[in-house]
Amino acid sequence: MAKKKMAIIAAQGSLDWAYPPFILASTAAAMDMEVKIFFTFYGLPLLKHKIKAKVTPAANPAMPMKMPFGPKAFQAIDWPIPHAVSGVVPGFDSLATSLMKKQFKNKGVATVTELREMCLALGVDLIACQMTMDVFGFEEKDFVEGVSFAGAAAFLDFAAEADIQLMC
Amino acid sequence: MSHNDEIDCSGMSCPLPVVKSKMKIDTMNPGEVLKIITTDPGSCKDIPAWANRVGHEMIEEAEENGKYYFLVKRGE
Repeated sequence: MAKKKMAIIAAQGSLDWAYPPFILASTAAAMDMEVKIFFTFYGLPLLKHKIKAKVTPAANPAMPMKMPFGPKAFQAIDWPIPHAVSGVVPGFDSLATSLMKKQFKNKGVATVTELREMCLALGVDLIACQMTMDVFGFEEKDFVEGVSFAGAAAFLDFAAEADIQLMC
Repeated sequence: MSHNDEIDCSGMSCPLPVVKSKMKIDTMNPGEVLKIITTDPGSCKDIPAWANRVGHEMIEEAEENGKYYFLVKRGE
């Protein structure tokens, strides 16, 4: 049986959106699929040595604001943070980011960096969009080892034959 | 039923149980049996789906004291 193929476009660079492409890609690779992720626009920094992605609660009205510590009833509270606070108070995004990281760690979710390492170990092709690199001024040395470099046509040539195509 | 190797994925969430199981079973020989232990409720459907997709055989699935146990026989 020919290998199934999956093509993903990762175009977003916030912490919450950093997970889906790496989770889906590592799972698909574990299921013996050939996987390529095309990192373009704001998705591109996810290939840098250090991932600095953050969440922005002000731009995500549906995001639950919960505390990853304390008694169970306390942790269950979804804090109603006014937009005027989440969108204006300095450091709020950093606070929300560290809370999300703690929450994910408590629940046994791998970090984005760990998921990326697993993807590389499983043979997932992480492709940096050449055009975005030029626009934002990134160089090949800015990215982790194992990343490949291509443009839209090269990626679409693979995607055209893929069984699953997703945009994250 | 006996098994040849074991991996404990207790406390791990999706996709770790599947990814770790794949990495483990790759080190084994065809026909050998891997025992997988998880606590993630999602793994109840994920482990069988993974095994079925890649051609491994699900021999046994069980739940005991909040833990899930799977016996998977490696395919060719």
